[in-house]
Amino acid sequence: MYKYDQYDQSIVDARVDEFRDQVQRRLAGQITEDQFKPLRLMNGLYLQLHAYMLRVAVPYGTLDSRQMRMLGHIARKYDRGYGHFTTRQNIQYNWIKLEDAPDILAELATVEMHAIQTSGNCIRNISSDQFAGAAHDEVADPRVWAELLRQWSTFHPEFSYLPRKFKIAVIAADEDRAAMRLHDIGIQLVERDGQLGGRVFVGGGMGRTPMIAPEIRDFVTADDLLSYVEACLRVYNRYGRRDNIYKARIKILIHELGADEYRRQVEEEFVAVKALGIDPPKAEFDRIAAFFAPPAFDTASPTSLDRSDPDFAVWLDQNVKPHKQPGYAIVTISLKPIGGIPGDASADQIDVMADLAERYSFDELRVTHAQNIVLPHIAQADLHTVWQALTEAGLAEANLDLISDIIACPGLDYCSLANARSIPLAQKIATRFADANRQRDLGELKLKISGCINACGHHHAGHIGILGVDRKGTENYQLLLGGSGAEDVSLGKITGPGFDEDGVVDAIERVTTRYLAERSEGERFLDTYRRIGMEPFKEAIYG
Amino acid sequence: MADPEQTEIGGEPQLRFRNDAATDEPAVTLDAFLDGQTNATAVRLEAGDDARALLAHLDKLSLVEVSFPTFRDGRGYSAARILREGGYLGELRAAGDVLVDQLPLMRRCGFDSFAPEAEIDAAALNRALNRYDYRYQAAADAAVPVWKLRHG
Repeated sequence: MYKYDQYDQSIVDARVDEFRDQVQRRLAGQITEDQFKPLRLMNGLYLQLHAYMLRVAVPYGTLDSRQMRMLGHIARKYDRGYGHFTTRQNIQYNWIKLEDAPDILAELATVEMHAIQTSGNCIRNISSDQFAGAAHDEVADPRVWAELLRQWSTFHPEFSYLPRKFKIAVIAADEDRAAMRLHDIGIQLVERDGQLGGRVFVGGGMGRTPMIAPEIRDFVTADDLLSYVEACLRVYNRYGRRDNIYKARIKILIHELGADEYRRQVEEEFVAVKALGIDPPKAEFDRIAAFFAPPAFDTASPTSLDRSDPDFAVWLDQNVKPHKQPGYAIVTISLKPIGGIPGDASADQIDVMADLAERYSFDELRVTHAQNIVLPHIAQADLHTVWQALTEAGLAEANLDLISDIIACPGLDYCSLANARSIPLAQKIATRFADANRQRDLGELKLKISGCINACGHHHAGHIGILGVDRKGTENYQLLLGGSGAEDVSLGKITGPGFDEDGVVDAIERVTTRYLAERSEGERFLDTYRRIGMEPFKEAIYG
Repeated sequence: MADPEQTEIGGEPQLRFRNDAATDEPAVTLDAFLDGQTNATAVRLEAGDDARALLAHLDKLSLVEVSFPTFRDGRGYSAARILREGGYLGELRAAGDVLVDQLPLMRRCGFDSFAPEAEIDAAALNRALNRYDYRYQAAADAAVPVWKLRHG
């Protein structure tokens, strides 16, 4: 994985100094809260319902054991002994003191980490496929492109005060594990005539106006990447609305201009920007790529497995995916124990995962947008040992992509924007469907909960989505069906009138029962929904 | 980076990073300038104005003032770069809600003059302008991007 050189380190160290200066000026009353707010947000520091929340960047979701242990250390020393992994492959801490924040950033900088641009109206942490470098279906490692974009976007002088936040994802496989087309810019690496390039999709997003990004460029090579993306951003910065925060995302601009007109303007701007010489040379691409070279796999690693332990076999079938290297496997550690808080991990669990990565996964971990952790390179011979260690740590829930593998935003338990609680609802649903056989019988079923219309819990992209709203002062939950954040991307549709907390759990049960009655051989819930439509489910829910 | 000259013009705080004499001609609006009814050499761009309209007239201009109605409105950063990339060498002034923490980014986009609404603390500004030794990306200033330092 990528390692800092003296330039990267110097920039991150300077950022710590800068933020310390800003916090001191704020505490001394030299700047107003209004002036301080965007500065702290650009360092990932939010003021939530009960305390400050600090969001630490995990660039493209990749980290090593030393970094993971630091995350555990911060949870112990500055928070309440746990952290929360997020849908942008980051981690956030919910009980931070403002005056501690500079020290936390200083500690992070010692392990090549930071909180730069994890919030604010700027280019956010670049996200990617959590199986990058391990996936059997990728054409290249997308993280090389993501790292080029990370450096380019860090303190970008022109794009630090955009109309709204700006999210970029890079993937390199046809299977989309990163919700690429629901980003402001999504890039899919493809090969054409032996050359690597990116298909560029612009103007996707969730929030109150969900949109699937249209393709704006069918092929951009790495040596034009930064110029092209700079042109995309410049057209947005010029026209993006600033009069209405709810219409300020690039998706609205592209919707209003039309994809063709936006494309025309970007191409025009690209010609001008390309002439400036802002693209790094191939040597820089190669330097970064070298950090992502495959680890020293044991080519003699055995490919057979002892599946005689039934619990182990269940976990293997659910949470372990094929690796590009024979004899290896990709392990997803579920952070969704039944009744737990989706995405939370204790400091001790973080340490266990770090130890396992160091010993068995070439020192690498990944955070997934579904709020789980991946050990990307596990020799098949080590799988049982790893599973045993995870079981002891309460980390072996075999529910990847099942109904209890829920994405949920922090909701009204923490978030000052929320209208409804998400966490207790996620716990109730998982508990209702706790029976492992029942979950597996239901098969792949992605359930996503947002506690407000901002859609941090990706409810539009859930096979089953839930949106918490405020109805005359009480929490109310709308149910959506048919969304997907994957390569078969689609936006969910609202079933009808909303429910209270128990009512929505009952409604989900009726939906799944109808699915089981209607499904054809091999159909996932989403496939059945697409085949038979909303009506049978409405009938099941509302009678 | 050289320390700026911090002065007051007409009672307004003013920061300049240029050695030439300040333009004291009042700036006209973009529309007035493009009308062709004026010999003005100073233009004021509001945040929503398209800086590209000036590209054909850069040699006639000695001052372009770009308005920042609020520090959150970042359109002026693009306006500045577009003018500098078009070859504009005259004074480029950021005016309005210009704060110390935004000023280094504005410098990178090509602004070399500032008319902030509120006075900027000189010590904080000095720290801000000298804090970063390296920049990742090429912009409108003289900073050499890190990738160039790495590979020559």
